[in-house]
Amino acid sequence: MSSVIDKAIPAAPVSTARLLSGNHACALGAVAAGCRFFAGYPITPSSEVAERLSRALPLEGGVFVQMEDEIASMAAVIGASMGGVKSMTATSGPGFSLKQENLGYAAAAEIPCVIIDVMRGGPSTGMPTRPAQADIMQTRWGSHGDYPIIVLAPASVREVFDETVRAFALSERLRTPVVVLYDQSIAQLTETVELPEPGSVPHVERKWASRPREAFQSYAATDDGVPPMARPGDGRRTHTTGLTHSESGFPTQKPEVVERNQTRLLTKLQKNRALIDAFECVACDDAEVLVVSIGISARAARRAVALARERGVKAGLFRPITLWPFPEDALRQAAARARAVLVPEMNAGQLRLEVERVLRAHTVVGLNRYDGEPIAPEAIAARVQSLAQEVAK
Amino acid sequence: MILDHAADFDVRDRLRLEMMPHFLCPGCGHGIALRALLWALDEAGIEKDRLAVVSGIGCAGRLSAYIDANTFHTTHGRPLAFATGLALARPDLHVVVISGDGDCLAIGGNHLIHACRRNLKMTCLMLNNEIYGMTGGQVSPTTSESMLTTTTPLGNAEPSFDACALATAAGAGFVGREVTHHVPKLKELILQGLQHPGFAFVEVLSDCTEIFGRKNELGSSSEMILRQKSEIRPSAYRDTVDTPFRSTDLHTGLLHRSTRAEYGSAYRAAAAAARAAAAKGSTK
Repeated sequence: MSSVIDKAIPAAPVSTARLLSGNHACALGAVAAGCRFFAGYPITPSSEVAERLSRALPLEGGVFVQMEDEIASMAAVIGASMGGVKSMTATSGPGFSLKQENLGYAAAAEIPCVIIDVMRGGPSTGMPTRPAQADIMQTRWGSHGDYPIIVLAPASVREVFDETVRAFALSERLRTPVVVLYDQSIAQLTETVELPEPGSVPHVERKWASRPREAFQSYAATDDGVPPMARPGDGRRTHTTGLTHSESGFPTQKPEVVERNQTRLLTKLQKNRALIDAFECVACDDAEVLVVSIGISARAARRAVALARERGVKAGLFRPITLWPFPEDALRQAAARARAVLVPEMNAGQLRLEVERVLRAHTVVGLNRYDGEPIAPEAIAARVQSLAQEVAK
Repeated sequence: MILDHAADFDVRDRLRLEMMPHFLCPGCGHGIALRALLWALDEAGIEKDRLAVVSGIGCAGRLSAYIDANTFHTTHGRPLAFATGLALARPDLHVVVISGDGDCLAIGGNHLIHACRRNLKMTCLMLNNEIYGMTGGQVSPTTSESMLTTTTPLGNAEPSFDACALATAAGAGFVGREVTHHVPKLKELILQGLQHPGFAFVEVLSDCTEIFGRKNELGSSSEMILRQKSEIRPSAYRDTVDTPFRSTDLHTGLLHRSTRAEYGSAYRAAAAAARAAAAKGSTK
């Protein structure tokens, strides 16, 4: 059923089944991946991640700290990572908005960090205990300026574990912030899952500096676009800044130096797409109506595709697991035979904008819900059927 | 009085000379404060490789780039929060924060009071020049009343924060203030702060000659520094009631010192106890 590409994480032996919530699986995934620092601020519906890690991290020799606000927790996470420790925070929409300032710093200064964003109804305080998928664009464009970012969108409790592990692997390897994006329903849903044996998940190390101090540059160009990182105490005594910097790490405004370094930053992820991309195709090969969806909506869509097939409609599902950078090529391939594309999502049409951008020649329609309720499989199946009839005319 | 010429201290040993000339304006007091900090670090015997300097945004924030150490120029108002993560993750490092009056008391005010309360070992140097200099001279939380700035054309009507009173009230275990006129005293105060086993807050009364001084016709740098000197009172003579606002007489020296559990070591001790209990439980 799946064409999930998961190159960053080798397979690990599986332990016995457990009943877990998404937020619990996230905390377990973080510890398994080697996260040893968490800073956060209480916010519904992500607080269980912090609560779990406040118990787990000290037992692993790690540190948990509840900071005075969302801004400070993002700053502390980056501070710990600058010290060389795998670090994470978890939040929801209102907190995620506050984190954008320092998230931009992490992107610009290329500091690995993982941010869990559990989406709830918005805008503003919105519906704290209700699910939504309305942070899709904010995860990509939330901070000012041009910057690269990776966003992973799991759709089940087990996948929250896997994507949290993968978030650390990608973040450390590519020196970039990675957001794990899921909604309240997956966060607090409990499912029976099988997880890898404790200790069996490999810890992906960042590319540490090896050149001696005199020959080392913090932001040197490399083949994969990822510069090795110095660690405080290793004798290199580097400078880190959110100001536009040269390869040396010190501020510059020289146009040619700025252009060169910004281009490396902005093309870094593109050079590593094979590591980053992940998606799932369900019955896409002959699909005439293609459903594109993420997270909990994609689970409803999977059922809807089965229902539509039972009713004689050639339907398929394309589910980005890596949401940003968006899997353009895979989507184009999945939509090769599609005559219509349906994008069910729990917002006013954010994912649809991106699908329209990629599939310019296709008819792309939305199925949107933003009342704090998930989209039911039957609603998607019915729209798939009516679309099939419309395109048949 | 000891003169500012320690025979065995050469400031160049702790500067990134390739970054010279620095960008500070002529007459700015921040360079004097930087020298005093480097001198204190030297006397404290803190190795450059083990020193992490975290700074915010503004004129003071730029100083980290000149220091030969592991340096982090972070976001506006947030250096204490970055430093909290760094110090907790890397207790082997010696963490110094450099901030300004706007950075530390306005946009970063929340982080300051919680850093004081948390009592994690680090030294915070707040360079107070009463102005947002980098952005062209707007009013700050420490601008004296009635002073002219680009955003108080009628004279500042807000009271000036007493940062040391604030830090003391918020629980900081080491609080002191000094002027740039007294470099050896300033060095001594910072040195004591570096040696304090918890959060240490040191306010340095600096001067912004080019912007604040010019706007308010306060004269040259030396005139501004001498005026500051005339306005201070050593803490030994402290007799006024505490207030969060700047009083006519500014107290200098070590203003408050108390010792309580340092957050990082307390956390690590609790974590070690939890690990021991877990190990014991698993062997039963």
